[in-house]
Amino acid sequence: MEFQIIWFVLWGVLWSVYFMLDGFVLGAGMLHRFLGRNDTERRVVINTFGPVWDGNEVWLVTAGGATFAAFPTTYALMFSYLYTALLLLLFSLIVRGVSFEFRGKLESDKWKGVWDWAIVIASFLPALLFGVAFGNIFQGLPMDAAGYHGSFLSLLNPFGLLTGALFILLFLVHGALFLTVKTEGELSARALATANRFWPALLIVAALFLAAAYPATKLYDNYLSVPLLLAVPLLAVTTLLMIRISTAKGKLLTAFAASCLTILLVVATGIIGLFPNLIPSSIDPVSSLTIYNSSSSLYTLKIMTAVALIFVPIVIAYKIWVYRVFRAKVGVQDVLEDEHSY
Amino acid sequence: MDVVELSRLQFAVTSMFHFIFVPLTLGLSILVAIMETRYVRTGNELYLGMAKFWGKLFLINFALGVVTGITLEFQFGMNWAEYSRYVGDIFGAPLAIEATLAFFLESVFIGVWVFGWNKLSKRMHVISIWLVAFASTLSALWILLANGWMQHPVGFVLRNGRAEMVDFLALLTNPYGLLKFAHTVVSGYVVAAFFVMGISAWHLLRNSKPEFFKSSFRMGAVFGLISIFLVLLSGDYTAVVVADAQPVKFAAMESMWETKAGAGMNLVTWPDSENERNHVESLTIPKLLSYLAYHRTDAVVKGIKEFPKEDRPPVLPVFLSFRAMVGMGFFLTFLAIMAVFVSWRGTIEKHTLLLRIMVYSLPIPYLANQLGWIVAEVGRQPWIVYNVLRTSDAVSTSISVAQVTGSLVGFTLLYGFLGCIDIFLLAKYARKGPDADASSLIQSARKEA
Repeated sequence: MEFQIIWFVLWGVLWSVYFMLDGFVLGAGMLHRFLGRNDTERRVVINTFGPVWDGNEVWLVTAGGATFAAFPTTYALMFSYLYTALLLLLFSLIVRGVSFEFRGKLESDKWKGVWDWAIVIASFLPALLFGVAFGNIFQGLPMDAAGYHGSFLSLLNPFGLLTGALFILLFLVHGALFLTVKTEGELSARALATANRFWPALLIVAALFLAAAYPATKLYDNYLSVPLLLAVPLLAVTTLLMIRISTAKGKLLTAFAASCLTILLVVATGIIGLFPNLIPSSIDPVSSLTIYNSSSSLYTLKIMTAVALIFVPIVIAYKIWVYRVFRAKVGVQDVLEDEHSY
Repeated sequence: MDVVELSRLQFAVTSMFHFIFVPLTLGLSILVAIMETRYVRTGNELYLGMAKFWGKLFLINFALGVVTGITLEFQFGMNWAEYSRYVGDIFGAPLAIEATLAFFLESVFIGVWVFGWNKLSKRMHVISIWLVAFASTLSALWILLANGWMQHPVGFVLRNGRAEMVDFLALLTNPYGLLKFAHTVVSGYVVAAFFVMGISAWHLLRNSKPEFFKSSFRMGAVFGLISIFLVLLSGDYTAVVVADAQPVKFAAMESMWETKAGAGMNLVTWPDSENERNHVESLTIPKLLSYLAYHRTDAVVKGIKEFPKEDRPPVLPVFLSFRAMVGMGFFLTFLAIMAVFVSWRGTIEKHTLLLRIMVYSLPIPYLANQLGWIVAEVGRQPWIVYNVLRTSDAVSTSISVAQVTGSLVGFTLLYGFLGCIDIFLLAKYARKGPDADASSLIQSARKEA
């Protein structure tokens, strides 16, 4: 197999895993201010993902690094064309990260209140911005040999915003289900009710996305030429339905697992549709950034493949170990007794 | 200012801010790991208390270091797209490898360490902080190999309109990168040593928890002395590779305009860049510069005038930063020797003058670290990749002055605000001292068992 294709697959895997893992942190972050009715409950929410959020965010750094190393031209143009959007994303991720650490460092309601809102906003914005960015990448960016002809405002087009809404709802349901399985009692029940409340909206927006993608993007071309690939979006729809079926049956872990799969499959659906483009051009097909015209040399791709094949499994292994160590539910007693928790 | 200057300023602001927090992370992770190891080995709860107290400060510092690192990775693409496109084939690899090998390890195990006190065996818990310490130093290795490549590009050919990697091993064994790694990492260890000694001295002057802080001070002193010795050693070798790979940077560091054999070093001098000479040159130590550059007293050292004007870095900031850094280095060496001496005599608390100096010296290693980066990065100008790509050709073509001005203002305000909070919290928790008294220490130890 060509190394460019290997790296296209890895690129897709890195983004999907990032969204699956940070998705529940972003979702729980958006919800924590509202699901947690008092300081202790909010601490419980933050401590459910406390041990893992940082490691989850590294998938984003790795996705960025992999784009840089394997497809430097795509990295260069994607990051400079989407300058303002990425800037807002950076600010949000920075604020979110420090908020977790700073929030509990002063015993003051005002102080905590400020950081609580910071967490909500800094979790909402990345979800929106990632959605808008990928929505626009699916549509193609207005670029040709002369450069980029778009702006931050032109990213906020209907399909971009629709994808933004899709990401927000995916993460809200995902985060709520994560909190359902990681907390106890009333808080867990509230989280479950929230997941069920957002689920119909997610279903509608997902359907709108699939419908709008036909006129707005060329994502369907690959599926029409290789119908077998349609299995991926069909599975995505199936797991999306599975979420609600499982919560109705009280199979909460299954519901969360289905939500994980839904995110992986939704992102995969989009990325498969892009192939062999990484970023299509909406105005000049020749200027599209493909895995061939924007990739690194074969030598670099080979070295990076060796590194990825050796180390990504190791990373996955110790991450699984960590999730097992911290698999227990987080209760009120836990945060009150553990002086080290957030 | 144009997009190039604004982008440079933004990179300077964001990377120097990031580097306020990185050196302490590098060094303090090791010190905390040593403290916890001692606790596990001896069962002495003093060391557990130390690991927890310094660990808390470590985490407040770590929070801002980790989130501001992502900015740097993104900025290569956002502001320096032409650079990224041109050198991504060889420069992207170490960054991606850093994320995969080191950053994952660090970020995952910091979570394990913070939340694992009651969930892991003592042994596994101390291993997790060692993994954090190892991973942060490993992370520095890859980042500095990447930077070392910008300073002294090796293992590539210019092909297909870009620099393509042909020899990965050359990148890994680039002496410039490896020395930079050594010098930067041990400089970080010095920051941590003086951080621990400074805060301990503050408490010892107030006679608060003397046993706790004498023990911390001692550990900081020994760690500091070893590290500063390694700083001097690696610095000496760095001078040799700089003189070899970037002779014009070396000349600017010493403000030496004319080429000379057996060049001496002027202890007192001041560059006059306009007239390509120095205003004053006195207290010259004969042949020292030749020795520093080539480890031979009669070697020829090239002067700045040897190089075309368009290839020279600005002399004054490079010269001043280098002088100040070296001066601070020697001052810190003196302090570290004194600190070890009084620790060894067991009379730390009696030397109030030294303790007071240690408190006020806490920022000096930070400053020396920043100045070192100014020497390295400003001294490489006008090149972004030395002799391969000019900084002015590296900037993104699609971004506007308004965009970069906006982002620069945004970064400055956000970083300024968060930096103040972080320093405020560090000071608050440093002053507060170890919160647990003996009984609650025992309690938490029981919980662990």
